[in-house]
Amino acid sequence: MSVRVIVEKCKGCSICVKCCPFSAIDMENKIAVIGDACTGCGVCVDECPFDAIEKTEDHVKKDLSEYKGVWVFAEQREGKLMPVVIELLGEAKKLAAEIGTDVSAVVCGDEVDALTHELFAYGADKVYQAVHPELKNYRTDAYTKVIEEAINRYKPEIILLGATHIGRDLGPCLAVRCDTGLTADCTKLEIDPDDKKIRQTRPAFGGNLMATIICPNHRPQMSTVRPGVMDKAEYVAGREGVAIRLDVNFKEDEIRTKIIKIVKEAGELASLTDAEFIVSGGLGLGNPEGFELLKKLADKLGGTIGSSRACVDSGWIDHSYQVGQTGTTVKPKIYFACGISGAIQHLAGMQSSDYIIAINKNENAPIFEVADYGIVGDLYEVIPAILEEL
Amino acid sequence: MIFNEQHELIRKLASDFAKKELTSEVLDKIEETDVFPEEILNKMGKAGFFGIKIPKELGGAGSDHRGYVVVMEEIARASAVASLYVSSPNSLSGGPLLLSGTEKQLEKYLKPVVTGEKILAFGLTEPGAGSDASGMTTTAVEDGDSYILNGRKTFITMAPFSDYAVIYAKTDMSRGAKGITAFIVDMKSEGVSCGKPEHKMGLIGCATSDIILENVRVPKEDMLGELNQGFTNAMKTLDVGRIGVAAQSIGVAQAALDEAIQYAKDRKQFGRRIADFQGISFMIAEMATKLQAAKHLVYDAAYKKDNNQNATMAASMAKFYASEVCNEICAKAVQIHGGYGYMKEYRVERLYRDCRVFTIYEGTSQVQQMVIAGQLLK
Amino acid sequence: MKILVCVKQVPDTNEVKIDPVKGTLIREGVPSILNPDDANALEAALAIKDNDPNVKVSVLTMGPPQACEMLRECLSMGADDAYLLSDRAFGGADTWSTSNTLAAGIRKIGEVDIIFAGRQAIDGDTAQVGPQTAQRLDIPVVTYVQHVEVIGNKVVVQRQMEDGYELIEVSTPCLLTAVKELNEPRFMSIYNIVDACSKEITIWGHEDIKLSPENCGLKASPTQVFRSFTPPTKGKGEMLNGTAAEMSKNLVSKLKGLHVI
Repeated sequence: MSVRVIVEKCKGCSICVKCCPFSAIDMENKIAVIGDACTGCGVCVDECPFDAIEKTEDHVKKDLSEYKGVWVFAEQREGKLMPVVIELLGEAKKLAAEIGTDVSAVVCGDEVDALTHELFAYGADKVYQAVHPELKNYRTDAYTKVIEEAINRYKPEIILLGATHIGRDLGPCLAVRCDTGLTADCTKLEIDPDDKKIRQTRPAFGGNLMATIICPNHRPQMSTVRPGVMDKAEYVAGREGVAIRLDVNFKEDEIRTKIIKIVKEAGELASLTDAEFIVSGGLGLGNPEGFELLKKLADKLGGTIGSSRACVDSGWIDHSYQVGQTGTTVKPKIYFACGISGAIQHLAGMQSSDYIIAINKNENAPIFEVADYGIVGDLYEVIPAILEEL
Repeated sequence: MIFNEQHELIRKLASDFAKKELTSEVLDKIEETDVFPEEILNKMGKAGFFGIKIPKELGGAGSDHRGYVVVMEEIARASAVASLYVSSPNSLSGGPLLLSGTEKQLEKYLKPVVTGEKILAFGLTEPGAGSDASGMTTTAVEDGDSYILNGRKTFITMAPFSDYAVIYAKTDMSRGAKGITAFIVDMKSEGVSCGKPEHKMGLIGCATSDIILENVRVPKEDMLGELNQGFTNAMKTLDVGRIGVAAQSIGVAQAALDEAIQYAKDRKQFGRRIADFQGISFMIAEMATKLQAAKHLVYDAAYKKDNNQNATMAASMAKFYASEVCNEICAKAVQIHGGYGYMKEYRVERLYRDCRVFTIYEGTSQVQQMVIAGQLLK
Repeated sequence: MKILVCVKQVPDTNEVKIDPVKGTLIREGVPSILNPDDANALEAALAIKDNDPNVKVSVLTMGPPQACEMLRECLSMGADDAYLLSDRAFGGADTWSTSNTLAAGIRKIGEVDIIFAGRQAIDGDTAQVGPQTAQRLDIPVVTYVQHVEVIGNKVVVQRQMEDGYELIEVSTPCLLTAVKELNEPRFMSIYNIVDACSKEITIWGHEDIKLSPENCGLKASPTQVFRSFTPPTKGKGEMLNGTAAEMSKNLVSKLKGLHVI
């Protein structure tokens, strides 16, 4: 797909030049000219008041019909499924129903029987099992090789991976090996009702822009999916499926990285994505000690504390507490934003919370634009007062 | 074009540096303790701020006067006192050496100043000789292969923590300006002492004091330049110094304008932003216009220096106008802030105090006018 | 030892604002910067060079001719030389296509021991180009690197995980992607700026790196942007009034009324 200017219609108003997120349009002799930096995003097509910019489709068709089924990468750590896997299965089920196909999970490890049953219970129709001592912990080369071979043999049409530190390592490697496209960190997946292809929507530009990405002529269509965004699959005890063993062989030196040790540090992350109540602080706290007050409120509610990027950048709190585009996405029942101005990167990570309560001294802070309840005031007065009321 | 790619990169470096290192917490602490953090000075040294226009062969960064102006402007925009630390090695301390130093002197004294290892003070002003430097009474009397110095220098920036000082002294009392010679004095020499640091109105965080010389013996090899040529050396040094103060002025003025604009947009009275009142908006328009004019005078002076054109008048015009306009802009910025502008919590209060000395030091506005008039009415 | 750092010039997305009326991106006045993670990648390379003067650090980017400004910044931080892959044919590339072009550029540059890249660029946030470039060069990759130590021809790195890190050993040549916890990028220095301005930046087009236009840019990209739009914001709710105590009381009773607490 590319974007083209219809010269006869262009009036030289230069609206497209201003709206292009990639600075790809210039005016030459009062006519818009699309330059190298164009990604075909189509913002200008919608903005042009004279319908002088159009999208043109490339009609290259390959035989893609051999590829069938929706796959989920069942990421396990220490023998436990990552929570995102259950979200992926929930989403895969919806997508598969719309296409009219089934859902499979791929699991790698040294021991996967219990996981296989769990995956069935969460809705996998098939589970592809790669079992080998070398697969106990994730390593790029080992996992890439095993799953690449499975893809080439079983030909899925869609693969979903969690956008975890592992999924975002494995996904790109698989996509290049399988010569296909990959869309990173998706927050919404839909099936095009006409051609049954997947539409993957993701934030870009630090959350300032949403882009819907398609992968029309390559298979499988691959996405990494942001944890905490999709609805979890339902657990049906005793549900059964088909387990398929994959051949796993490694040559010497084929796995080129060696894990010397695994060190656990924060361990708070799971509680951030799963928390029902999050009390987050921003630079408005004034100092790192402010988080102690937030902790009191969080403890009282049975939740956890979170942070804006600015506080993490200032070294006030560990990165694992960061909510937002470059941190964790959360959707608790109640999100308290205390002394957080509400930069777009932050909003991207908490906007889908059920209720947002903003406490800020500055009545013009953008956070109030998304808050269900806004309190203009000093958080050091307001939070103790809330604690009093609870 | 006044600036090339090199200057643009230097500006970016200086503004990045100011943004990351000269944070409001750091600056408030300096104001509170009157101590400038050594760690920041070390980083300035690494970034090359102490030898901006000093040639690479002498350990400098090898840029030019425009590079110097850009750094001064961007650093002063964040902190006037920080810019004082940049200006010193580039102009008043490095200048006299660069103009008249022997190879040995450059190696021994200039190089460590450029890297920030050593600090060198500039000792010209005396209690009774300010604008009229030739009226100094400090003496240097030949004694074998040394000179014996006696006298008192006053308002010497950084004197209490300097390693060396360039001291101007009379070697021939009968010849006025033509009887002055420059010496490099080790501040640890016997007979050298410093007065107590002055309580200044602004530029807190950089101590200024007297230097007292009592029978200080300075070896002849530490005479800087030729006998009785010190006054020319001092005046030429001040020429560059003027551009530095002018650059400081536009930096501080820019900061005041930034604050005023922000405040005018935020502050509401009578149900609207005070920026919507013509009394305020016209004040801002005038501030911005005068600042722009001042910037061009400063850049022009630096450009002339870089192209070996006579810059004496241009430098004086830049220093005179930029420092006066900076005071005017800071005063108006305080006015726009109303009562809050008078409080230490607001940045304009500090800017207002810091800039006051710009029309005074390194040649008062009146001296600059004498220079300009002198050039015009030759 | 030869180290290559892959960098990208990006719009400073912190400065991007949304037109509140039209809901479109305002990019006027948004500065272009060296991608923050890439600055960490460059710092890692320069730190290795600080300890061993025999190390040579090169920087490589793909982008329009304006990317030279950013490459000069990299040189001004201390990189030895810079390469720009610039060609109309490279435009509109997705990560598949970008990694293909970068890999071709790296092959032309020749043998390198370590390739550093930033984990992700702030305009795209994909984190895919690093590992994909490694796949194309068939060298091992470690992503999310937060600590590096070079021991002979081995590199020991900490790979950041959500709940800690893995200590990983890998042999050179390898590709490492840097996260911001890796280090604090240095400032440029005026010493280096003066030199950087007299250095030549090598610029290569598709023919120089032996790629046909069909294998570059938008044409070769498996993924395509179907549409883009500004995210809908949640509607503004209710502003509470009164003293801190009154507002708190009001808030808690409202939340209780909604049965969320």
